[in-house]
Amino acid sequence: MLASDSTQLLEPLIYDLGAPGRIGVNLPDCDVPESPMPAELMRDDLALPEVGEVQVVRHFVKLSQLNYSIDQGLYPLGSCTMKYNPKVNEDSARLAGFAHLHPLTDESGAQGALFLMHELQQWLGEISGFSDVSLSPAAGAQGEFAGILMIRQYHIDRGEGQRDIILVPNSAHGTNPATVTMAGLSVRELPANDKGNVDMAALHAACEGELRDRIAGMMITVPSTLGLFESTILEVISTVHDAGGLMYMDGANMNALMAVVKPGELGFDVMHYNLHKTFSTPHGGGGPGSGAVGVNEKLRPYLPGPVVGVIEAEDENGAPLYGFVMPEKSIGRMKAFHGNFGMHLRAYAYIRVYGDSGIRDVTRYAVLNANYLRAKLMRTYTVPYPRYCGHEFVLEGHVDNVDDVHALDISKRLMDYGFHPPTNYFPLIVPEALLIEPTETEVKEDLDAFVEAMEAIAEEARRDPETLLNAPHTAPVRRLDEVRAVKELVLCCAPALAARAL
Amino acid sequence: MSYIPHTPAETDVMLSEIGARSIDELFDAVPRSHRFPALYLPPPMSEMEVAAEMLAISEANDHGQDYAVFRGAGAYHHFIPSVVNHILLRGEFYTAYTPYQPEVSQGTLQATYEYQSMMCALTGMDAANASHYDGATSLAEAVTVALEVTRNKRKKVILSHAIHPQYREVVRTYHQGRDIRIIGDRGRGEIVDLMEMIDDNTAMIAVQYPNFFGQIDELGALAQAARSSGALLVVVANPMALSLLKSPGELGADIVVGEGQPMGIPLGFGGPYLGYFAIRQKHVRKIAGRIIGETKDADGRRAFVMTLRPREQDIKRERATSNICTNQGLMALSASIYMALMGKNGLRRVGELNYHKAHYAAQEINRLDGYSVDMSKPFFNEFVAACPRPVARINEALLEEGMIGGYDLGQHYFHLQDHMLVCVTEINAKDEIDRLVEVLGGLS
Repeated sequence: MLASDSTQLLEPLIYDLGAPGRIGVNLPDCDVPESPMPAELMRDDLALPEVGEVQVVRHFVKLSQLNYSIDQGLYPLGSCTMKYNPKVNEDSARLAGFAHLHPLTDESGAQGALFLMHELQQWLGEISGFSDVSLSPAAGAQGEFAGILMIRQYHIDRGEGQRDIILVPNSAHGTNPATVTMAGLSVRELPANDKGNVDMAALHAACEGELRDRIAGMMITVPSTLGLFESTILEVISTVHDAGGLMYMDGANMNALMAVVKPGELGFDVMHYNLHKTFSTPHGGGGPGSGAVGVNEKLRPYLPGPVVGVIEAEDENGAPLYGFVMPEKSIGRMKAFHGNFGMHLRAYAYIRVYGDSGIRDVTRYAVLNANYLRAKLMRTYTVPYPRYCGHEFVLEGHVDNVDDVHALDISKRLMDYGFHPPTNYFPLIVPEALLIEPTETEVKEDLDAFVEAMEAIAEEARRDPETLLNAPHTAPVRRLDEVRAVKELVLCCAPALAARAL
Repeated sequence: MSYIPHTPAETDVMLSEIGARSIDELFDAVPRSHRFPALYLPPPMSEMEVAAEMLAISEANDHGQDYAVFRGAGAYHHFIPSVVNHILLRGEFYTAYTPYQPEVSQGTLQATYEYQSMMCALTGMDAANASHYDGATSLAEAVTVALEVTRNKRKKVILSHAIHPQYREVVRTYHQGRDIRIIGDRGRGEIVDLMEMIDDNTAMIAVQYPNFFGQIDELGALAQAARSSGALLVVVANPMALSLLKSPGELGADIVVGEGQPMGIPLGFGGPYLGYFAIRQKHVRKIAGRIIGETKDADGRRAFVMTLRPREQDIKRERATSNICTNQGLMALSASIYMALMGKNGLRRVGELNYHKAHYAAQEINRLDGYSVDMSKPFFNEFVAACPRPVARINEALLEEGMIGGYDLGQHYFHLQDHMLVCVTEINAKDEIDRLVEVLGGLS
């Protein structure tokens, strides 16, 4: 690109490429007699770009080069589990028998897909200690929504519809309180104690006081969003159960638990899995995800549907017949058809590769990597909770005696060292939080390089804070004016083009 | 250990750096009674074995490369140019996440901004978000927006019965915890009937365009009735049909939602798909999900960023109107590449091919003894054929002849027993259609 004009985009908008009459794809002639089209129904103009195939390819390739991704390096974005996405899974997803399978195919013609979903339901149930699993939620947040709707309906069916409060720790993901509101229930926030655990006195007060009969349940992330396993978790669960509430586990951090503990055996009643975190399905620049939910016997009838069941048992001639079933008191459908199947099949292939002996290593090495980074970074930065962490940990993003430098500045400077920044300012209960999750797929050399970068940044903060305050210096663009984006609100470039065409 | 790179020597060095004797020691905080349970899963497999197993499982499905597909009903078998998949397979796109750090995410951000722009052009709206999970959840989110726009004072939501049955189920799932009434979908679904239901307690009315039966309803009067009572008109539109048809914006819609799957996304047994959501400027601050906007960087260079962030769950928490976080970003990219390739002329051409082929099939089937096709209203690429026998029987026969027949409407609509919803797209060659007609004719 010739352009050095810094007021221009790095790559022109697709609308600014092309020329009238150009087309990016060669289409067949019409091989049937044409039918008249009623003119009064037809649109006059369609303001789409007019670009050739080569231009389209180059445009999107150039855009891709402006991104940072797992395939380029360490992506320690805490709570997002940015692990390597196996390539064989991408090939599998593109097999014709999966890619071109209509969702309303008669069950007899979709036995492969149904078998796969049935196996995955079983495996996810086994990994988490739940009796039943529904794969239908499209993302973690939708799994949460399904879970809270199930808890709500469970209480209504028992004549306890007055139970309308869900307890949520103040370290929770934002999706938890938002979910509770969506389900028509209300949130009661619980503080954390100085060890990062739920404050037990506050929990007992909530569950044993005047609100006792209004407690519908509690949502909690295990290990917590601070990356810490709550040593009091059994007491938390029994306290809520004693009040008549049910326990929801946010499974975002399941990468720290596989073959270490089964949430169902701890006493949780329902949880969601993030197949795009724990089970390696790609994050896709923002999605798709997949948010399967697991439940125990209490909530089984309420699962979102459909789920895959055995319709006819195996006979001497071979395999059983699988089919879709709607659980008897189902909270309903979460989306059209039956979940993000493309994610199910990738998760299936992932679990198949690791198998019984390998899945435990995923968690063991994820936790090893996180503790290794934590141990090395503690020498330079403040780590608020001095104990072993799970698959991630939080540190305070500031440098002693340098007041101007914030977590955001450290994050932006990391880009210049070739790394994606950690999660910033979450959890909200740690000042200047940097939440770091390396995942098990990272090699020691890269972890060491990350530590060196963080150490160099701390040194720069003391010597030359301006370098951090103005970072990044080598990313495709400098820091962005987010206030301007809100004030001027330019969300779409098509109207301008339409206006030009007139 | 598959995708775990550690050597035993490295593990030892790391443990000593941590000050732990073993990896197991790192899990001391987990209650001993529940620590390290047995796990009953199949044994591990090599990549070679997994690839073979996935192929074998996939082959146990009747799919669109072995069969001619005449089934739509919300999921459509269209041609997808090779470029789409090649771009999607770039790790820079599919192994990145939500562009929280815009300086190193300009590719995702600009592609999404372009997607929003093209969706606005197609729908005739002013703004679009970065996606919802699918067409059904997009409609459910539109209900939330309509309730918010009418300040939660209006309690009635009208859904036409000619909206996809599963979409209506999803709306009910989403709003079961709310004090609202969802009506309209038990009647005939004629536009005049829906107009009579609108009153000053109505937050919104939703129709599908073309409707679930493939027909194109006249929406002008409905839009006027909604506007004069202060209710929002939500249109669930097939974006492929919008290549030809007047945009819902032009017809007076306030929100346009739908399933983006027809544009570059394979059938994939129902997902991942793409819920698109577009809206008029005056309501844009009520929209849920990610929205990309243009801004400038510190050097004055034009660039993109997620904007209107304070609406979202991670900031607004229990006061957010939706909990959506992860969306269908990569599927929006598919649609973006598809629309860019097809462009103004190509997309119209695809639309025309769909229209002509479906009309050819409808006319030929209508000629058969025992069959009749309702052509009283205009249609796009789907139509309803009344059949002389149960649809399930007909589909069994078609399957034997290498065809996946239409959708059995009797499953959802009691009065449509023995009625088949037939879909014909650009991918169905004339001889496939002729073969369909021939086999159907043999079953009269």
